[in-house]
Amino acid sequence: MLISMRDAFGEAMLELGKQNPKVLALTADLGPSVRLDGFAREFPDRFFNVGVAEANMIGLAAGMALEGFIPFCASFAVFLPGRCFDQIRVSLCQNKANVKLVGSHCGFTNPGDGASAQSVEDIALMRVLPEMTVICPADAIETKKAVLAMAHQNGPAYLRISRTETQVVTSKSDPFKIGEARVIKQGKKITLIACGTMVGIALQAAEKIDGEVINLSTIKPLDKATILKSIRKTGRVITIEEHSIYGGMGSAVTEMVSQQYPVPVKIMGIPDVFGESAREYQQLLDKYGLTVENIIKNYKLF
Amino acid sequence: MVPLTISDLQETAKVIRRNSIEAIYKAGSGHPGGSLSATDILVSLFFGGVLNLDKKDLKSEKRDRFILSCGHVCPSFYAVLARLGFFNEDLLGNLRDLGSSLQGHPSSVYADFIETSTGSLGQGLSVGAGMALGIKFKTPSSKCKIVVLSSDGEQNEGSHWEAVMQSAFHKLGNLCLIIDKNRMQVGGETKKVLDMDSLSAKYKSFDWEVYEADGHDFRSLLSVFSRFNEAKDKPKVVICKTVRGKGVSFMEDNLKYHSCTLSEEEYRKAMEELC
Repeated sequence: MLISMRDAFGEAMLELGKQNPKVLALTADLGPSVRLDGFAREFPDRFFNVGVAEANMIGLAAGMALEGFIPFCASFAVFLPGRCFDQIRVSLCQNKANVKLVGSHCGFTNPGDGASAQSVEDIALMRVLPEMTVICPADAIETKKAVLAMAHQNGPAYLRISRTETQVVTSKSDPFKIGEARVIKQGKKITLIACGTMVGIALQAAEKIDGEVINLSTIKPLDKATILKSIRKTGRVITIEEHSIYGGMGSAVTEMVSQQYPVPVKIMGIPDVFGESAREYQQLLDKYGLTVENIIKNYKLF
Repeated sequence: MVPLTISDLQETAKVIRRNSIEAIYKAGSGHPGGSLSATDILVSLFFGGVLNLDKKDLKSEKRDRFILSCGHVCPSFYAVLARLGFFNEDLLGNLRDLGSSLQGHPSSVYADFIETSTGSLGQGLSVGAGMALGIKFKTPSSKCKIVVLSSDGEQNEGSHWEAVMQSAFHKLGNLCLIIDKNRMQVGGETKKVLDMDSLSAKYKSFDWEVYEADGHDFRSLLSVFSRFNEAKDKPKVVICKTVRGKGVSFMEDNLKYHSCTLSEEEYRKAMEELC
């Protein structure tokens, strides 16, 4: 089944809006694109289209949070966090403001628009900030759970979601807790750690190579115990993410593994390039090797 | 707190200037020029009965919110808070010291009496507008106001103008911006760096209520600040004409004193003038 995470985000916001009157939604003129139109219709007084002005949106949200609200700011990941790093650093994180950032159209999931609209750097930007929680859900089902969980946890958090419809790989009954990684397939030969849109292909690859798959939906704080337990068994790791190979989830895993239980790690992701246009999402995944075949190839190179 | 008389405000401003200079001297670095230009504005706000604050209940819902958006002038802000008893005056000697709550720029990470971290210009008005919107939304009858102090250099920041547009659009009558227009910024005179001389016309055209004041005349400042409760449907801005380094002859309009280390001789001379 294919569902877009942004659709799930929109549904979750509607549910959250009903549950909690303190939840506000802000967007910098991308309401329909991030599926906030439903929230806007249902709760017009709690929806703020702040215009095409992302930096100010962060400050506004910080001020609202300091007054006791739970603002969710949603835009494309290139703009949020890309455009407003300093506002997030100073006005959100230093204040421990209870603001939730949602970066949609992550990685190549907006294939046609090209580099200016494709964020391959956002995990790196957000995970380096003290106080920030970074969540990269595997699919639409997990996105919904993550949105609800974020609202219940105090402090700044970043949610990275996709535009394209992607494979549903978790089920409604699976537990979800911020900060907890989940082994979603047992295996002996290698640990495949994936996040977001790449969890699905990691699962497919693992079937062919007796791999263990960890869905690392929270990148910060990092669930060290689950990762270490798996690599003590397998002795090697491939990380797979739809993000730059620099500074992203693979870096987070490697930083920890290299200090706590050094084993060989291969980081798979987007090389040191900006995005580019393509007619089909899959063309970009193929070009940059984010495929089942490439995971298997890298496994054989160990 | 009972507002001070004009002569007491003048005396208090002198103390604040002395304490700011002493703190910057001891710290070994800081921004004396802006601290001195903003002193009379700060003293009017905090000692002239403009701001309603409760030092025993820092997060009281009823308090007015004050944001020092031009965070680098914090030595005089800290000196004001110390004078009001928010913390012990001795703490001013710890400005910029390791572990001090008096960071080089106001930081909510280290001090609970700071509403929001500042220092990176162009953010204070956005946060203030968010607070103003939040208060309006949760308590429409609230009489709280949000006062943001900015500088003319900060007017260069694009994000500040995003907040200017947003505040007028949402008719934030509870938001008051004060601009310490000391006509200097790091690179020299503001009119030579990026001319902002038509500030008043700019804010008017953005649909703000615009006032002007002599930023070193308490009567002028208080008479304008007393109008903060008027015009409920428009944000207000007070453009205060000031002199950078005000009160210390050799610092006045002198670019060197934007940010510097004060020598012992400079410190002594300044303190003599501020007696």
